[in-house]
Amino acid sequence: MTAPLLEVRDLTVSFDGFKAIDGLSLSILPRSVRVLIGPNGAGKSTLLDTIIGRVRPAQGHIVFQGRDITRTPEYEIVQLGICRKFQAPGILDSLSVFENLALAARHHRPWWSFFRFGLEADLTERVEEILDLIHLRDKRDAPARSLAHGQKQWLEIGMVVASDADLLLLDEPAAGMSHAEVEQTAALVKRLSARHSLIVIDHDMTFVAQLDAPVSVLHMGRLLKEGSLDEVRSDPQVASVYLGRVEEDALGRA
Amino acid sequence: MLKHAQFPLYALALALFAFAPELVSPYHLSLLGRFLAFAILALGLTLVWGYGGILSLGQGVFFGLGGYCLAMHLKLAALPPGEIPDFMQWSGLTQLPWFWAPFRNPYFALAALFLVPALLAAGLAWLVFHRRVGGVYFALITQALALALSTFVISQQPYTGGFNGLTDFSSFLGFTLTDPSTQRLLYWLTLAVLALAFAFCSWLVRSNFGKLLTAIRDGENRVRFLGYNPTPYKVAVFALGALLAGLAGALFTLHVGVISPALIGVVPSIEMIIWVAVGGRASLAGAVLGTLIVNFGKDWISSAMPDLWLIVMGLLFILVVTALPGGLTGLGASLRRPVPAFRFPFRFPERKPSSAPTVSIVAPEAEDLP
Repeated sequence: MTAPLLEVRDLTVSFDGFKAIDGLSLSILPRSVRVLIGPNGAGKSTLLDTIIGRVRPAQGHIVFQGRDITRTPEYEIVQLGICRKFQAPGILDSLSVFENLALAARHHRPWWSFFRFGLEADLTERVEEILDLIHLRDKRDAPARSLAHGQKQWLEIGMVVASDADLLLLDEPAAGMSHAEVEQTAALVKRLSARHSLIVIDHDMTFVAQLDAPVSVLHMGRLLKEGSLDEVRSDPQVASVYLGRVEEDALGRA
Repeated sequence: MLKHAQFPLYALALALFAFAPELVSPYHLSLLGRFLAFAILALGLTLVWGYGGILSLGQGVFFGLGGYCLAMHLKLAALPPGEIPDFMQWSGLTQLPWFWAPFRNPYFALAALFLVPALLAAGLAWLVFHRRVGGVYFALITQALALALSTFVISQQPYTGGFNGLTDFSSFLGFTLTDPSTQRLLYWLTLAVLALAFAFCSWLVRSNFGKLLTAIRDGENRVRFLGYNPTPYKVAVFALGALLAGLAGALFTLHVGVISPALIGVVPSIEMIIWVAVGGRASLAGAVLGTLIVNFGKDWISSAMPDLWLIVMGLLFILVVTALPGGLTGLGASLRRPVPAFRFPFRFPERKPSSAPTVSIVAPEAEDLP
């Protein structure tokens, strides 16, 4: 059996006594896709926040490639190989598309290399590849702020890929995208799983169905159910969690 | 490097400034000389504030430290051997204080005027930024520092010359400072230092360091989650800004022949922000332009109506912040934007997301960003 890339062990995160994550355990294998779903407030984003060090847990451990990263500084976690796309596109407005990708790609370069121009040749090749991958070839030198919403989402996915992390965390990568864009994004995620592990959060069940990957349902900070999307969907407990909330009818509709 | 299209323009400006001693009166030349020294500080402020998003309300501190480091040497060099400066004698000191002694050496003073401001700035910035404090809090800390230093200098009359500062210099490295030919040399030296600083800053903002700095300004947290620790880069740019301010202070002291607490406190520090804001805070050429325009304007207005300047300065600041966030060099972009509907001036404008460049005075707080 392969050793897991990431192991979340008995994790508890509390905000002023409210347990956003409550004794959660999860493990991710190398080169696999895992989808996290669950109603609003289930703890999905908080879990990603905790993995990348933005939020520190009250209890439990996060082990990445055999190393405990529960208290590691955020930038070191990235250097170890975990990079995250945020829910609201976190791109750098004043830089061009290429510069955004270049910045993400060269984080492991020594400080003195910052007193030079442009991107190193080996990284340039990779960044140019990513430009094609995220369909932004013709926007290469446009300022990131000028992109449409869907393109911003793709740029940030591109940045996460450019970081060359082993584990990519994608928080709602298909949010606000058109039908065609959602399909392209799903295809992109599947392509990426040849080289990286991914944890994907999304509410859009068409998108989740296209990913064709194991699904974990979170509810009140706990793992409710794990399995294929169909298995999860037919589970009465999952259905009641979703149907109990008026604003979350996505699962039934899909 | 410099953009090719702009290069002839810069060369022309440099040539024009180089011939200024032939073109303008000695009075205006002496003004121009000290304003060009100010422009060196403004370049540093553009890096720190315009590119790094770190608002410093205490650049006067670093300007003053550079000025005092050189002035201490000039004061000692003007004395007959064995004597101590006049203000020390009046205060009853009989011996030169220990920290004054090394400033007899001109090269020690030259090294100190770079190192003292840069190291103080680096230490302060590190203490603040590594605790992830920033934005408005850092601006207030720097302002407090400006107040503290000017108050301290005034209170330590026997060691610093107090309110009157340090003056009555005669020569530096063998040049007689009052000599008109020395004044011209000094002007050209200032211009050369400014040109070099300009070229260096232009190079820096286009390097990977400059890109990272812009990225930290736009989204410090995002940069952290891309695998960078922003603190060393912020500390570096703040120290560099302080070094340029110290250099400007030393050149200013040579031009004017005096450095005093009145030149380094809170009000001068805020004026420095206005130079850069008027020129356009994210433009190096704008920093130089804004410094010259504001300072010549100040000279003109204060000689016509001495009381008016503070009011004009305040109005200018309000005008630039509300109507021209990009300053003069951003004028084109400001005019191209659709004209907003008339708003009653005493209501806060609604906050709307816009595609315009970030215009907040300080960088957005980390929490604003994902």
